[in-house]
Amino acid sequence: MAEPQRDALIDTAFGYASLGERIAATVLSGSRTGWLLLLAGFTTLSLLFLYTIMLVFTVGVGVLGLNIPVAWGFPIVNVVWWLGIGHAGTLISAILVQLRQDWRNSVNRFAEAMTIFAAGIAGLFPVLHLGRPWFAYWLVPYPATMEIWPQWRSPLVWDFFAIATYITVSVLFWYTGLVPDLATMRDRAKPRWAKRIYGVLCLGWRGAHSHWRRFRTAYLVMAALATPLVVSVHSVIALDFATTIVPGYHSEMFPPYFVAGAIFSGFAMVLTITIPLRRWLRLEAVITTRHLDIMAKTMLAAGLVVVYAYLVEHFVIWYVGDEYERYMALNRILGPYACAWWGTMAINAGVTQLLWSKRIRTSPAILFCVAIVLNVGMWLERYLIVLSSPHRGYLPAAWDTESGTMIDWLMLLGSLGLFFALLTLLLRWIPAVSIYEVKELLHERREEG
Amino acid sequence: MTDTNEGKRRGELWRGTTTPRAPLAPPTDRRTFLKLAGWSALAGGAAACTPRSPEELVPYVDMPEHVVPGRPTYYATTLLREGYGYGAIVETREGRPIKIDGNPGHPATLGASDAVLQAELMQLYDPDRSRTPLHDGTPRSLDALAADLATLRERLLKSGGRGLRVLTPPVTSPTQAARLGALLDSFPEARWHQWHALARDAAITGSRIAFGRAVDITTRMDRADVIVQLDGDFLAEGPAHLAHAADFSSRRRPGPGMLRLWVMESTPGLAGAAADHTLVVPQPRVVRLALALAAELGLAVPAAEGLSPRERRWVAACARDLAEHRGRALVLAGDPQPPAVHALAHWLNAALDAPGRTLEWRDPALARPEPVIESLTALAEDMHRGEVDALVVIDGDPAYDAPADLRFAEGLERVSTVIHHGLYVDATARRADWHVPLAHDLESWGDARAFDGSVSLQQPLVEPLHASLPRLALPEMLMGRWPRSDREVVAAHWEARLGGESAEPWKAALRAGIVAGTASSSVDVVPRPSAIRDALAETPGNADAPAPVLQFRADPHVSDGRYASNAWLQELPRPLTKLTWDNALLISPAMAERMGIGDEEVLRVSTGQATIEAPAWVLPGMPDEALTIWLGHGRAIRSGGEGDSLADGVGVDAYPLRTTGALFARTGIDVEPVGRRYALAATQHHHRMEGREPVRRMTLAEVLDGRDHAPQGDEHPSLYPEPVPAPFDVDAPQWGMAVDLNACTGCMACTAACQAENNIPVVGKRQVRAGREMHWIRVDRYYEGDADAPRTLFQPVPCQHCENAPCEYVCPTGATQHDSEGLNVMVYNRCIGTRDCSQNCPYKVRRFNFVEYNYGAQEAELLSALRNPDVTVRSRGVMEKCTYCIQRISRARRQAKIEDRPIADGDVVTACQQACPTGAIVFGDVSDPESAVSRAKNHPLDYALLAELNTRPRTTYRARVRNPHPDLEENDSSGGDKAHG
Repeated sequence: MAEPQRDALIDTAFGYASLGERIAATVLSGSRTGWLLLLAGFTTLSLLFLYTIMLVFTVGVGVLGLNIPVAWGFPIVNVVWWLGIGHAGTLISAILVQLRQDWRNSVNRFAEAMTIFAAGIAGLFPVLHLGRPWFAYWLVPYPATMEIWPQWRSPLVWDFFAIATYITVSVLFWYTGLVPDLATMRDRAKPRWAKRIYGVLCLGWRGAHSHWRRFRTAYLVMAALATPLVVSVHSVIALDFATTIVPGYHSEMFPPYFVAGAIFSGFAMVLTITIPLRRWLRLEAVITTRHLDIMAKTMLAAGLVVVYAYLVEHFVIWYVGDEYERYMALNRILGPYACAWWGTMAINAGVTQLLWSKRIRTSPAILFCVAIVLNVGMWLERYLIVLSSPHRGYLPAAWDTESGTMIDWLMLLGSLGLFFALLTLLLRWIPAVSIYEVKELLHERREEG
Repeated sequence: MTDTNEGKRRGELWRGTTTPRAPLAPPTDRRTFLKLAGWSALAGGAAACTPRSPEELVPYVDMPEHVVPGRPTYYATTLLREGYGYGAIVETREGRPIKIDGNPGHPATLGASDAVLQAELMQLYDPDRSRTPLHDGTPRSLDALAADLATLRERLLKSGGRGLRVLTPPVTSPTQAARLGALLDSFPEARWHQWHALARDAAITGSRIAFGRAVDITTRMDRADVIVQLDGDFLAEGPAHLAHAADFSSRRRPGPGMLRLWVMESTPGLAGAAADHTLVVPQPRVVRLALALAAELGLAVPAAEGLSPRERRWVAACARDLAEHRGRALVLAGDPQPPAVHALAHWLNAALDAPGRTLEWRDPALARPEPVIESLTALAEDMHRGEVDALVVIDGDPAYDAPADLRFAEGLERVSTVIHHGLYVDATARRADWHVPLAHDLESWGDARAFDGSVSLQQPLVEPLHASLPRLALPEMLMGRWPRSDREVVAAHWEARLGGESAEPWKAALRAGIVAGTASSSVDVVPRPSAIRDALAETPGNADAPAPVLQFRADPHVSDGRYASNAWLQELPRPLTKLTWDNALLISPAMAERMGIGDEEVLRVSTGQATIEAPAWVLPGMPDEALTIWLGHGRAIRSGGEGDSLADGVGVDAYPLRTTGALFARTGIDVEPVGRRYALAATQHHHRMEGREPVRRMTLAEVLDGRDHAPQGDEHPSLYPEPVPAPFDVDAPQWGMAVDLNACTGCMACTAACQAENNIPVVGKRQVRAGREMHWIRVDRYYEGDADAPRTLFQPVPCQHCENAPCEYVCPTGATQHDSEGLNVMVYNRCIGTRDCSQNCPYKVRRFNFVEYNYGAQEAELLSALRNPDVTVRSRGVMEKCTYCIQRISRARRQAKIEDRPIADGDVVTACQQACPTGAIVFGDVSDPESAVSRAKNHPLDYALLAELNTRPRTTYRARVRNPHPDLEENDSSGGDKAHG
């Protein structure tokens, strides 16, 4: 199969059937050894995650790097980071479908899966960070005997609803989009049990015109429902910080700033996954360099918004003239967390600029490296915000520093392991690329061509 | 755990009704009460291993008098420290002592306390205390001990007690002194020696030089206008320090005639921090400055040489101030200074007309005032000569704390019978033939004199927790008068004076905790200038001492090592260093810079004979070319319970460097970095105010000029309507607190008292290092000015109980709420531990149980007995903080309801307020304009911390006011540079 043209979204040399075969083959056949090795590696890391969770549950959050001025640490950094990663998936699936950006068809499937896994993992961290995680359900307004409800003024309660809604809608949306392909899988599956499972999951899909019509409507409705979530979830997360009076947290700009950062890091993660995936599954013809180019451009745009947010944040601090805010800003640059500040700036404001170059945007290897670095940069940014702000608050006598313990790092590593283990599993069971949507793309291109 | 301990845990701790103790206020009602389980288990076990006669143990079938479940009973008693008595009121619950506070009627405490007094409670329950007699390290019964002592007695009787030596701390107790006297009568050849590592030898010798006899000083600081301290720390050391603090602070109220304090010090202390002018010099140099001061005041003393211009100016201004306040001036010499300086201080005081006005010379409170170093040296020499046959060490650990050149531990090997009677299986106990557990002061009968000679009685609050013997027991055994209860011994001693045990004077003395009219009489003595001059001429220090100087000081909390395994004291931040758990070589910033070292870098200090390695700690206000190390660390204790002693691996033992000739300072040392670091756990990491002015300062001149408002922060106008403050509910009192920063000396008594009152766990060094200490009230310490001679500011910070509390709105479960009385309350049961409240607290006063901090206490069953039953013990994952002692508020409210009256001002006293020796903390109803706290808050110097945040804290502060001498206006306001972290 010839390499498609550089700016093509799909290789028009495909036939509908061969395209379907090509994608479905990644699920139903192919080399198992590589997959098993990968799965084994990621599962081992997941076990590490389990181990750290056990520690936190049995010993307490004291195993993590937390103290009194800095009572929020890695778990909160991880919540924000993982949720941010999820955002790209929602953006790709919900907003772009409404904007009729057809390039999304090739990447939306695993971008959405990524969203669900990332949001799920993100949803674990607020619980892991609790002193008494077994009472996490107290954030739910259930009919308690004592008639106690959550305290609605607390942004943490809003948070709970934001994340819960986000995960629910993401799962439903992803599943809705999956239905036609599940039918394809039902048709292709050889074992009886597999046929049966796919058959149940595809809700009796037969590809009838009426099915397609209803499916389109439902899908658009779901997209419309998911769209505000792209903005709302991270805005609410940002309110956890913005509603406090902690210098460094207390900023009206946080919601849009967080959303931009989320999209930025989300696309970085999509690229981090896509680039090796398309190579490994030989999907270069389906996910073309044009896709990479477009995603890199989106990332660049989001990145520029983030840089703008940095500028505005510092300008506002200077302009308002609050001594505590000013000290906080200077202290980030020169104080104990200076490494995180300079690292954040070098990566998010510096490395991002590489994406102006089309050569870099369309060269998968370099783009992959850039994406990984940007992921780190966005993690650092959240680390900087969460840890450096409270460490030097209002009273100098209460100042102290905090950084992660070994358990913190293992937990982060373990959560990455779980994330990739889930993705690896998914690749075996569900088409990595939406078959019907790429076929549709192919059809459109042929019409145009 | 044996059956005995099981029984003890369940409730045998109270003393039966047959023990005629006298509570403070007899209870008015009785209630029936269920018999406590486990009594029978105790009866067998306890009788087997304690000397108490079984008939004194009464089952809990009938409720004992004075014990009402749920209601505290208070007893007056006395705790001993360095031999001196500190009168205390002890709160007991169902027979368990749970809180110690000062006795308002006792001159040494005046109702206040210090950290050590608070922590004596922990000492009582300390799981490391030895629990059973040991013979050559093997547990034996007290009967076996008695039998062995009877044999020893037979042996000694034949020789008239030849070779029998008794070693005690300095004794003020009339009974103990009399009984030791009786022992010496029955064994004429026996000798009684005294030793305490921190005994005030120089004061005794100094008075002998000045007057030819031992004389005690008692001060009347409330009559003084000017006080000059020649080294030492009158606010922290010595048996009168609490009385000093109270008197001193009474004259520090800003206004005309405010007392001015001048302090020369060789190691930063509380007095230096409180002073208006502090001169920092190495210890040997103080002599020279004292001479210069005396010369300026016209005394004929040897000329002082080599003073720097700054020192000259300082001394001249100080002398002028003293001269201008003749009759209202006072000069104090510190314990670390040589006797000649003490003698000179007597002379100066006489010259300033102080006697009879700001001080009194009195007969010593000690039964046998003598320089203990001479007493111990004589004993050690006799031991080495093999002249000691039997040595009885009562309440001491000389093998640990004796000066190194006496080689005391070696000497012990030449003594055929060593009997150690102490709280711990320590270095001496391990070298002794017999170790006998010592009953804690709260388990014993006794008596002691306060610094002014006033006698107070000691009555036990609880049956001995272990198979221990009281302090008075061993001499009685040696005299063949055993078994005899310590109560009989004390009562017999006071029979003549107070009547029998049934007589009213005895009961009154027990009830009040003080025997009226026992203060020593003042003596009419006149200093002898020639003798003082001779002594000064012989005292080195006028020449330049070879640098550097190594100075020994008692650990501010652990003392000479007596409290080395006391968890509360080990974890209580030291007032100036804010260090916990370890000692360190304190070093000045300038010297550290010259040596190119920083905090935690290990230094090797060698004297030729001995070497220690200890981490450095840079302390602003340390004199240059001097190092200070605290004594009392590195003590080897074998825990009486299971596992290691708490003192294991804590700090470095500095006693090996201490010799008879250099008890408080020595020269001729080599200091070099080892190139290794040792982690220290401090609770404060930043030491400057960064222009934020949490502590507002003014000078007296500014106050008198009418600039009498505490400098307020910038006003921030707002376009928004003010958030609704919690309205004053007219029916409910509104609680508030005012803290007078001018009165606060930074002594940490409030933190210790809070820990005892509120069941605050000890978290250990690693957790403190991680920044997770749990103290509900911390005392912030800031430096201002030159790092080598900084001004030190203290600020106690409890929960501010904001009316617009930032912690409340962020809690997702509503676990922190406002109540109708304006308290910001924590609902522990509802807390899930998001810690958002702490993140949003600008004062950072919230404390979190990151792990289960009570496991240790659960394992050591003894420790569960010291819990305050009115206060919830918090589990892991729960936020906690200062509650304004809500349990005490609740108790006052219940009492007021019973009596059908409103809560009166003063009904609620918080634990920190109660402990504070200077009355710096005032608490009460702020909605009542007449209440003490309202009056304090209406003071023009009152301000709210971080008021610009509009949190409307209920805790406010009164600005610190300095009273500098007009000739010495220092303009050094450059920032100190101890900034790390």
